[in-house]
Amino acid sequence: MAETATRKPRGKGAPKGAEPGISKPELTRAYRDMLLIRRFEEKAGQLYGMGLIGGFCHLYIGQEAVVVGMQLCLKPGDQVITSYRDHGHMLATGMEARGVMAELTGRIGGYSKGKGGSMHMFSREKGFYGGHGIVGAQVSLGAGLAFANWYREDGAVAVTYFGEGASNQGQVYESLNLAALFKLPCIFVIENNKYGMGTSVDRASASKDLSKNGSPWGIPGEQVNGMDVIAVREAGERAVAHCRAGNGPYLLEMKTYRYRGHSMSDPAKYRTREEVQKMREQNDCIETARRLLIEQFGVTEAELKVIDDEVKAIVQDSADFAQTSPEPDESELWTDVLIDDASVVAGGR
Amino acid sequence: MTQILMPALSPTMTEGKLARWLKKEGETIKAGDVIAEIETDKATMEVEAVDEGTLTAILVPEGTEGVSVNTPIAELNGGATAAKAAPAAAPAPAPVAAPAPASVPAQPRAAVAEKDWGPTKSITVREALRDAMAVEMRASKDVFLIGEEVGQYQGAYKISQGLLDEFGPKRVIDMPITEHGFTGMAVGAAMTGLRPIVEFMTFNFSMQAIDQIINSAAKTLYMSGGQLGCPIVFRGANGAASRVAAQHSQCYASWYAHCPGLKVVAPWSAADAKGLLRAAIRDPNPVIFLENEILYGQSFEMPVADDFILPIGKAKVEREGTDVTIVAFSIMVGLAMQAADALAAQGISAEVINLRSLRPLDTETIVRSVKKTNRLVTLEEGWPFAGIGSEVAMQIMENCFDDLDAPPVRVHGLDIPMPYAANLEKLALPRIEQVIDAAKRVTYK
Ligand SMILES: Cc1ncc(C[n+]2csc(CCOP(=O)(O)OP(=O)(O)O)c2C)c(N)n1
Ligand SMILES: [Mg+2]
Repeated sequence: MAETATRKPRGKGAPKGAEPGISKPELTRAYRDMLLIRRFEEKAGQLYGMGLIGGFCHLYIGQEAVVVGMQLCLKPGDQVITSYRDHGHMLATGMEARGVMAELTGRIGGYSKGKGGSMHMFSREKGFYGGHGIVGAQVSLGAGLAFANWYREDGAVAVTYFGEGASNQGQVYESLNLAALFKLPCIFVIENNKYGMGTSVDRASASKDLSKNGSPWGIPGEQVNGMDVIAVREAGERAVAHCRAGNGPYLLEMKTYRYRGHSMSDPAKYRTREEVQKMREQNDCIETARRLLIEQFGVTEAELKVIDDEVKAIVQDSADFAQTSPEPDESELWTDVLIDDASVVAGGR
Repeated sequence: MTQILMPALSPTMTEGKLARWLKKEGETIKAGDVIAEIETDKATMEVEAVDEGTLTAILVPEGTEGVSVNTPIAELNGGATAAKAAPAAAPAPAPVAAPAPASVPAQPRAAVAEKDWGPTKSITVREALRDAMAVEMRASKDVFLIGEEVGQYQGAYKISQGLLDEFGPKRVIDMPITEHGFTGMAVGAAMTGLRPIVEFMTFNFSMQAIDQIINSAAKTLYMSGGQLGCPIVFRGANGAASRVAAQHSQCYASWYAHCPGLKVVAPWSAADAKGLLRAAIRDPNPVIFLENEILYGQSFEMPVADDFILPIGKAKVEREGTDVTIVAFSIMVGLAMQAADALAAQGISAEVINLRSLRPLDTETIVRSVKKTNRLVTLEEGWPFAGIGSEVAMQIMENCFDDLDAPPVRVHGLDIPMPYAANLEKLALPRIEQVIDAAKRVTYK
């Protein structure tokens, strides 16, 4: 099939006639980015097992299509913010695997010089605003990123990711109201992976269709197959277009699934192995993309192998770096608590 | 050939029991297959294969206890697609140390006798907390437990293990992640006379709900001229855990102890945990009950008597001494006891006070001790500014300044957000050398 081939939009609520689809280079990039996240997370799990990563470590395995599909819709200058399940988001925004892995091992080469760890990394350059450990807190902060765009009138869009568990927090609803009230360019992305720790969504939310959670304030919402990077991308395009046009916020509920436990210490007794296995075998985003590339775009196994090898090499390099980068110097204990700026009282800048 | 190593399965795990092998030697393994079950102090976890290949040898038979993290447990003969064995450990030291001692220090040689509760048994802090809740829930139908993952999951830190089975879902109530909402709801219920126990998965998340705790729970009795009490317990893990960084590692002792209308309790041992939690549940006031994740798995001797309970507001002299008074609470009591041992070896006799209760503070016990030793060292994990140590020192100034032979010294966590890096985290928390140095400073040794 030709490179420009498009596919029918599959997200619910897609406008009739519009055919955003996806091109071969885009799908190839998506495949590569999803694979990079998968392999990176597997490696992180391994390093955790070896005691090289400590504390909490929440893997994104299974959910890769969500962030990768959304990222295809964004431009430089747009912002991304999420929870502690953040490694995938960072890689998708183009942050270096080395810097992320070295943060996981708590080394000076990490994005936060080893002071933030798995849950707390940032890159202003890539528009990535963290990396937050308090469930739901990033949603108000994401509205704040969008507020800044509205204030500056710079046309940028802020994508605010949170779990279906987080969607029950009070400040989420306060933020939805504020975003609608000021018509903030904010895309609220609920990553509904069915569980918040051990609590399934139906034991936590009386709302059965989370895409309607913004409806009291007139925020348009869609349910999206978050295991399908093309569906994510199509819905993302609609959301971005809505926000950039100055119409205010948009809400996407991504139906997705995490294959691993909530964090490394979760025995995951609240669901069956069959449930996980079934998701993996029938809906895996990487397998689906791979099949499409071969069947619809005529990509060969040899071409895919090149990508697989490239990804493997990046991940291995990041793991090597994360183990050779030194621990932060003791003097780093006292840096970055406050900014010491004598010019403040010296008069205007 | 790839070695499969004993994995670390939680932030605090250093060893575990290899409970069961699910694969036999000679079997082919795919990535993602469950190969074994491992018991940690918290749970039984399944171990998934990361690599593919044939299981050539099982090195640690099932049933083996105390297998250290990173011990080779099996060997895998990788197929063509098998990933390279993970690289050898880094030149930099591997981060493993928990910030506090894992073993319980020697029992005090001549602790001031409390009421004698008779025979004791060894029990973990985790079990002691669970037992306290169970006993009080049996005693009164008004008592219920509410929080995230307290029921079906048996507690995020397994404190409520078994309670759902015994008391059912109406009294062990799973909540969505809505701290502000469910805290307010529990406070409202308490105003009618019910006795909720609110579990915060950790006290870091109580920040979402602190308005309801202080503006509603702590003040309503006063604002209503004594009409509306609020018999409620807010409990959960407080302070630094291990390597969980700034937003998940801080001590809220001085935050809550600042507020009139609250009681604030911080147990160290299993006996503290059980005795004080029972008292907190029976108390007609809002009680903040600050536990510590690292202590959960530690064992202590605890009275077996059915009616064992400890009063809120009384400190305990854990170890008698004559040269210096070390005042500590929660996990820092363990550190103080270790320091006292080390000091004894150097000829300095330290008295260790376990505060148990921060509000009300047992000033009387501290003053009595300082009048004897004439020297004070305070020890806490939290920040120094307006900390518990500052308050204790000020109480001493006000009550027995003339008895002091040296200015008191505070030992505390560094005045910075908690760093993640293993080396920095260790330096950010109080260390035994600092306690010893402080004791020497005030004794001019
Ligand atoms: C305010 C707050 N409460 C509780 C927690 C503990 N906690 C961490 S993650 C989590 C579950 C969140 O689930 P969800 O929002 O669905 O995100 P997911 O982990 O599935 O990505 C909980 C309860 C926390 N970090 N912050
Ligand atoms: Mg979830």
